[in-house]
Amino acid sequence: MSLLTSLARLRALEEGIAQPVATVRHCHLSARPMVFVPLKLSGEAAAPLAAMLGTERERPRLLVVTQPRNRDLRFAWAAELAGVLLPYIEGFLADTETVERRNADPYERAMDAPQLIVPNQGGVAFTRLLGRSTRFRRPDGPYPVPESVPVLGRWLTYFGERAAYPGSALMLAATEELGRHWASGQSGLEDANLAALLAWITTGPSEEAEDPLVWPPAGPATDPGFDAEVLAPAIESGKPERVAEALRTQLEPTWRLMWQAIDLLAGLPEGASAAQRWEQDRGSFSGMATHLAEGAPPQARRDGAVAAAARLARMERAQAAYDVQRAYDDPLVMAEYRLTGEAFAGEVVETDPDNTEGEGRSRKLRPLVVIKTDDPVRLPPGATLGTPQRRAQGAELVSAGEGLVTVKITKGMGRGRTAAPGAVPEVGERVCYTSLTDDFQGSPQLPEAEATPWTHGGPPQDYVPDDEDAQEEWS
Amino acid sequence: MPSERLEAGRPAPRGEAMSTQHRLDALRGTTPPRPHDARAIAALAANPGCSRRALMDGAGVDKDAAARHLGFPAPFGQSPFAITRGNVFEALVKADGCAELLRMLREALGLPVAEVAYHDVENVGAHLRHAHTRALIDRAATGGQDAGTLYDHPLLTLEIAGHTAYLEPDVVAFQLGGRFHIVEIKSFAVIDGQADPAAVAAAARQAAVYVLALRTLLEELGHDPLQVSHDVVLVCPENFANRPVATLVDVRRQLAVLRRQLTRMTSLDRLLAALPEDVTFDLRPDEDGRPTRPVAELADALRGATARYAPDCLSTCDLCFFCRDEARQEGACDLLGRQVRDELGGVASVAEALGLADGTRDPAVGQEEIARLLRNAERLRRECLT
Amino acid sequence: MNPPAASAGPEQDLRPEQVISDVLADLPRHRGVVVDSPPGAGKSTLVVRAAAHIAATGEPLMIVAQTNEQVDDLVTRISGKHPHLSVGRLSAGGYVPPPRMLELPGVRFGTRIQDLGDPDIVIATADKWAWIGDRVWPWAIVDEAYQMRSDKLLRIAGSFERALFVGDPGQLDPFSIVDGDRWSGLSWDPLQSAVSVLLRHNPDLPVHRLPVSWRLPASAAPVVSRAFYPFTGFRAGTSDGDRRLELATGGMGTVHDRALEEAARSGWALLELPNRHTVRTDGEAVQAVALLAARLLQRGAVASSEQGERPVTADRIAVGAAHRDQVAAIRAAGLPAEITVDTANRLQGREYDVTIVLHPLSGRRDATAFHLESGRLCVLTSRHRHACVVVARAGIAELLDAHPSAEPVQLGVPVKFPDGWEANQSVLDHLSRHRV
Repeated sequence: MSLLTSLARLRALEEGIAQPVATVRHCHLSARPMVFVPLKLSGEAAAPLAAMLGTERERPRLLVVTQPRNRDLRFAWAAELAGVLLPYIEGFLADTETVERRNADPYERAMDAPQLIVPNQGGVAFTRLLGRSTRFRRPDGPYPVPESVPVLGRWLTYFGERAAYPGSALMLAATEELGRHWASGQSGLEDANLAALLAWITTGPSEEAEDPLVWPPAGPATDPGFDAEVLAPAIESGKPERVAEALRTQLEPTWRLMWQAIDLLAGLPEGASAAQRWEQDRGSFSGMATHLAEGAPPQARRDGAVAAAARLARMERAQAAYDVQRAYDDPLVMAEYRLTGEAFAGEVVETDPDNTEGEGRSRKLRPLVVIKTDDPVRLPPGATLGTPQRRAQGAELVSAGEGLVTVKITKGMGRGRTAAPGAVPEVGERVCYTSLTDDFQGSPQLPEAEATPWTHGGPPQDYVPDDEDAQEEWS
Repeated sequence: MPSERLEAGRPAPRGEAMSTQHRLDALRGTTPPRPHDARAIAALAANPGCSRRALMDGAGVDKDAAARHLGFPAPFGQSPFAITRGNVFEALVKADGCAELLRMLREALGLPVAEVAYHDVENVGAHLRHAHTRALIDRAATGGQDAGTLYDHPLLTLEIAGHTAYLEPDVVAFQLGGRFHIVEIKSFAVIDGQADPAAVAAAARQAAVYVLALRTLLEELGHDPLQVSHDVVLVCPENFANRPVATLVDVRRQLAVLRRQLTRMTSLDRLLAALPEDVTFDLRPDEDGRPTRPVAELADALRGATARYAPDCLSTCDLCFFCRDEARQEGACDLLGRQVRDELGGVASVAEALGLADGTRDPAVGQEEIARLLRNAERLRRECLT
Repeated sequence: MNPPAASAGPEQDLRPEQVISDVLADLPRHRGVVVDSPPGAGKSTLVVRAAAHIAATGEPLMIVAQTNEQVDDLVTRISGKHPHLSVGRLSAGGYVPPPRMLELPGVRFGTRIQDLGDPDIVIATADKWAWIGDRVWPWAIVDEAYQMRSDKLLRIAGSFERALFVGDPGQLDPFSIVDGDRWSGLSWDPLQSAVSVLLRHNPDLPVHRLPVSWRLPASAAPVVSRAFYPFTGFRAGTSDGDRRLELATGGMGTVHDRALEEAARSGWALLELPNRHTVRTDGEAVQAVALLAARLLQRGAVASSEQGERPVTADRIAVGAAHRDQVAAIRAAGLPAEITVDTANRLQGREYDVTIVLHPLSGRRDATAFHLESGRLCVLTSRHRHACVVVARAGIAELLDAHPSAEPVQLGVPVKFPDGWEANQSVLDHLSRHRV
């Protein structure tokens, strides 16, 4: 968070309504998202209690474990969940495009991909644990489970991991996405409450948002009072429909909030780079589906040394790209960098579009642009710059002072002797330059897992899922 | 863990400490003191900068009851399912003379002995438990025992601001590498070697209280206090099952924090000096224990002691909603979190910060810089949003 | 940093020479040897000695450092001390060698191994080495190994058979811009330092410790040792009075002058500004830092030591701060360009006569883990040969006192010592005796 966001929070507090901290939507929003609101049994790591889910706001599906301590019912519940989620996921696999790649075979990429939306980070964590507790199960041998359960486990694991991947939109937490676009007048900690955050964005702060009797928690944890006074007696009564009804009262309010959150996000125009990140999501999704179809084993419990390093490198790369893209897509995000002096914006007051450097054949076109700015520029001469207005260009800061900055365009000017029309900003144009650039060099190769060096424990033992994994008690 | 509340004993006030002790007693008034348990002692470090909390804790005021009476009940409840789960798990670990625990200690600590004695201290009756624990520990520390011993339901004590707090660690294990180990049984899961870091931290803080209490006891008995290991044994359910798994947790850092906090509690006189002589946080309970003190009066008294509200209090302090409400009334930037507060330099109120940003308020001496930053931020926001 | 492993002996009492010969003797006996080097304890000297020692066997050696500056520095030292050795300096495409290096005898530059001929020693950054495959060196020296993230070691460890790892365990831990909790507790957690991961998988490797700081004066070594190396102390190589800092011209009695005089006299000074919560780029503190640096130059400070007497010129002064915007603000306050102004991260491994430090906790109301990290304060307070002047607002003691402690605890992650809180408290205790 920056002072800019803090100021927005202060303003929200003063005005009694949340303030925008983005001018565009930084996540792709599916035309047919799967809203998934899970509840778990208190005191357990990942024992499902219920879920409300579906792609149509008028037709939520309610899945309930009516006797949460019964493990057969839990697996039946997981199978039911698979019955809803798997057809939704697999429905995206039919329609594909062929993608050519450098140094690799072309591959088929799904034209669209599934998108899971849960209420909060707790929902993401629960999804991951649910995946962990089901992916090693087996349809055969001791303690068999329905065939769809381990497949569900692998997809839930995949979505859970993808949610941690910067910029991915395959699985979104509503509170996180709302918080990325609006600043409420409460603390970040309190923003984790979906009802409270939405109240700030729509009507203003509401005492009711924290009252579990009006707005039950958005899960996965339930309200202890509900557990004691409603759920426990319902379970003891042995009447499944009573349990289901009790849980429905806890889920329905959140269900409505989820669609409200989606409407709010949908009301923002999509940022320019969101489609590019969604394309990577689609590629990743297709890769996972292929993996599954080829019969690869379930995801390991923990990353091995090489897998961990590889994942870290991918995530760092994605994080850097995501940060840059958001700033380039959204002037309000870029303003954060302008505030710290890593970017500046202003009006072009002078240009020298024909400036060249070098002689003879090495003579290159290096147009100069002078910008008048009110921003506090804290970049040294020689700093490499990029600009949202001309993303293919690179520039260098020549000098700055007295509200005037001279930059030299050093990249993307082509080979011509004069600049192409529009390549150099005109006097009077508003431009923005920043040292924030996405010039990723590629990362060096990692060893194969079998070649893990002695410093990192040597080659790992091959992972073979065994019966013990499949038997892991689920209580 | 189930825990019976014991009436806190109190040594006679001595010398200089007397006036402090008297004033703390007066602060609490006729309300019975709320004895500190390990969780409460561990929580002393949650917000040491808060004078209100320090005074209430020091005086043994029941913050939960106070919050309720003020109309701001704490948002902490525990589900009956979670309680049941915790009890079932503890019972499972301790079943058959802690057989399951023993298995894990062998695995986690490489406990060499085959036979382990089991003492359930509870059997002697509550009022004798501490004396009995003392005698057992003394005997063990004196040596001459080859076998390991597990002490179930021991009762330890620790002096907190002039009061004796009674502490009930789950189990004390002895003679694991010649040392005492505190065993802490928790029902949150360890999944593939990882557990909720906040839950582990809470368990570590709590276990550190037991380590300190046991070390204090050994010292009193003339033994080497370092016979108590700083590695506590954390026992949790593994993965998604009920099967327990033991992990060693190093609590040296928590011990250091705890010692600091206990030292701080001896300096409450400084905070007391800032309070009017006649102020009290008394709830004035009637015969049935129901508070009769006018709410507004109690609220006023509490406001006399400065709070240091931060949103983190919402998960650590019974009085959090009262203090949040107070911060709202005051329009304090604290509402938005410590980070925002720090970013605003010395500017404490929302109106002041916005006034500086709008330029409708002239910066006071020392505020020139934050005013410049805020005005700049305001200019940028306006430019981008219009 | 962790408490000493069982294999480590009480090396504080050993002579440095003895430690170095023990290290060299251990090299052929173990796959890896670790040497912990507190600030200024002759780490580079050891690396140069070990490099020559290995080169003398006729077997090729690769040396890994973390930054281009560190690589250039090592190349210069090795070439200076052992001009007969051939050294290949491997670099990425954009690297331009400093002119002074082009004249070094026996040093060749290149972006590919093939460009270097077949030198006795090849030196490059860890990032560059990660691109060099298909050859295995019998020997490697990994410098600043505690600064190196373990995923970098994973990329290059296949390139050598045996290695000497040298570094300072008290400095800043590696970090990432992404959340790494999913790997916490793993013995190969990629966010841990190269040495932590190495030792968790190879607990029997010998760990030696250089016992003497040649950089830190007698006034500083015990302070830094106590605060940041509580289990593995070290001492100063010089005694009281061996190092002197004199100010040629008289002062004018200002706080700044008095701070400089206190620092010249005792090796430390705390210039305390009035207690106030401020923004990070506290103008008054920034001014104070800049003024101190300017006055130090104006007053013609002269440093005398076992290396002789020399004026404290701008290039022998460093200004350190926690954040980049603070560095920018201090720079903008108008210091001579030759004075180094940088963040703790970038000051790691560097040495100056006098340092001026903007205390990471100055003007803050609350501390975060970032501000309390012991490595940060350790770097900032251990760069100097003569004196360190700290600028801070009053109130740090109260801040520490009010600091809530609720750090999350990850299972299976060894606890790091010293604790940032304790280290800060220890340094503050000492500084308070030199308050101006």
